[in-house]
Amino acid sequence: MSSAAYGDSATAAKLAPQVRMMDSPLAVSPKEAPVRFQISHLDFFYGSKQAVFDLSLPILANKITALIGPSGCGKSTVLRTLNRMNEMIRHSRFTGEILLDGQDIRRLEVAGLRRRVGMVFQRPNPFPKSIYDNVAYGLRINGYTGRLDNMVEHSLRRAALWDEVKDQLHKSALALSGGQQQRLCIARALAVDPEVLLLDEPCSALDPVTTAKIEELLFHLKDGCTIVIVTHNMQQAARASDFTAFMLDGKLIEHAETSRLFTTPSDPRTEAYITGRFG
Amino acid sequence: MSSLRLGWRKTLNAVMLTLTGVAALAVVSVLLFIFGYLLYHGGKSLNWDFFTKLPKPVGETGGGMANAIVGSLKLLLLAALMGLPVGLMAGVYLAEFGGTTFAFVIRYTTDLLNGVPSIVIGIFAYSLAVLPVKHFSALAGGVALGIMVIPVTVRSTEEFLRAVPVNLREGAMALGASKWRTIATVVLPAASGGILTGMLLALARVAGETAPLLFTAFSNRFWSPGWGQPIASLPVMIYTYAIAPYDDWHRQAWAAGLVLLALVLVANLGCRLILNRRGAIRSV
Ligand SMILES: Nc1ncnc2c1ncn2[C@@H]1O[C@H](COP(=O)(O)OP(=O)(O)OP(=O)(O)O)[C@@H](O)[C@H]1O
Ligand SMILES: [Mg+2]
Repeated sequence: MSSAAYGDSATAAKLAPQVRMMDSPLAVSPKEAPVRFQISHLDFFYGSKQAVFDLSLPILANKITALIGPSGCGKSTVLRTLNRMNEMIRHSRFTGEILLDGQDIRRLEVAGLRRRVGMVFQRPNPFPKSIYDNVAYGLRINGYTGRLDNMVEHSLRRAALWDEVKDQLHKSALALSGGQQQRLCIARALAVDPEVLLLDEPCSALDPVTTAKIEELLFHLKDGCTIVIVTHNMQQAARASDFTAFMLDGKLIEHAETSRLFTTPSDPRTEAYITGRFG
Repeated sequence: MSSLRLGWRKTLNAVMLTLTGVAALAVVSVLLFIFGYLLYHGGKSLNWDFFTKLPKPVGETGGGMANAIVGSLKLLLLAALMGLPVGLMAGVYLAEFGGTTFAFVIRYTTDLLNGVPSIVIGIFAYSLAVLPVKHFSALAGGVALGIMVIPVTVRSTEEFLRAVPVNLREGAMALGASKWRTIATVVLPAASGGILTGMLLALARVAGETAPLLFTAFSNRFWSPGWGQPIASLPVMIYTYAIAPYDDWHRQAWAAGLVLLALVLVANLGCRLILNRRGAIRSV
């Protein structure tokens, strides 16, 4: 693979102190998986409106973490704080600490952070360019000098889209169906070989068949990538994730291994939510 | 009682429908009338000579306006070179960094500039580019038209950039693109069809301007090499020829009017075609 060009980040990840889940207020898993993101005491504000309250959460490397909770509880806010996407919103700020491989994300250069932490949005947002140029975009702006063709094909294959588009790489991405566009956006994010992939309800506009494809894809991506996925779909969280975090009104209520959270939730509010009694 | 009111309502409906319909028809017929009239008179007078020959001396019939056609194109080129880059960049500024008081002032000033009568802009260009060198020139005409191109370009560029969805910008930034990189590689290309159309429409609008050229570019009965001499243009030629006491000149004024209108219409239709093909905003 082409990780040669990105060797710097790979070694950086190896050299970084392996932070364990020491700061989590909730006992998560006895398994000794390294922590990729450590969120500690996060308070997030849109102007004077606080959207996230004292949230602490470890994101384990090479696992899929699902964020669930009723609409408006702050899932997207947490997700967009991880790659500092919220900085685009005026008058927003956060306090607390977020460490990526032990480094404070506020001390990292933002472009580098975003290259390491890719994001797929709720509504597919392909650029009005060709399929090829969409996938190559991240590589080009990051000054990748290797063989673009290979990387584009590899990324499209990883996103399970290659077979459908291999004969029309230079057609406009806007001509694709919604599900294909979403997989294209995943391919675009994967092309720069991110260490973490953030997905904000990536399947909300997709049919069950495409959804299943994307879930399978996430399962395969796990080997090389840490995944955080926001979803409204309980079945999806239960099926596809290793860990689940349940949020309510900007607060983290419960975080546990998915199998445990869905079978024996320790908080009555979690139980009420996953059994569909509110939200 | 209620049936009476219903009847009244129906009548009112019918009356309003008729009134607004007639007004709409009037708008269309004015355009069709102008176009038909011009086509009739201009078409009769248009010939090959008009495009290839210089004007004949006073008293002789025949000749053409080749120099004015080229002159108009040269003036538009100058206007484009001077006005479009400034307009484009100011539009980018307003759309992308436009939340400040400073931006508000710029936006307001731009609208004011758009409302300044063209003859006033002519005087301004005159004192700026004619008085210091003491002679009329193509350059001075270009300055006048260039100033007039700016406000339209600024506002249309801003509008089209604003119409680019936020999630496209987010998509680029999420891949590590800087703000400028995002604007240059995603936002501007996405809006390029609309921006280009705005520019063409701005140029088409000033193509017919006469007043600001009268005392900047002036006119010329001969070819005007380079950019430093008085230069002929179609609108000024129409003005001069139409008020002259010669039938043959009237004939040529009509022909010039037709050519000018054709130029503007072609530019206009061209824009719409570009826009539709790109599937950009359709209601410009
Ligand atoms: N740009 C913003 N400005 C002000 N308030 C915002 C902004 N974005 C979100 N909020 C508020 O912050 C809170 C959390 O929003 P967020 O989008 O994170 O919720 P969510 O859990 O992702 O909801 P959904 O499931 O509907 O996407 C909401 O109350 C919302 O109104
Ligand atoms: Mg959301």
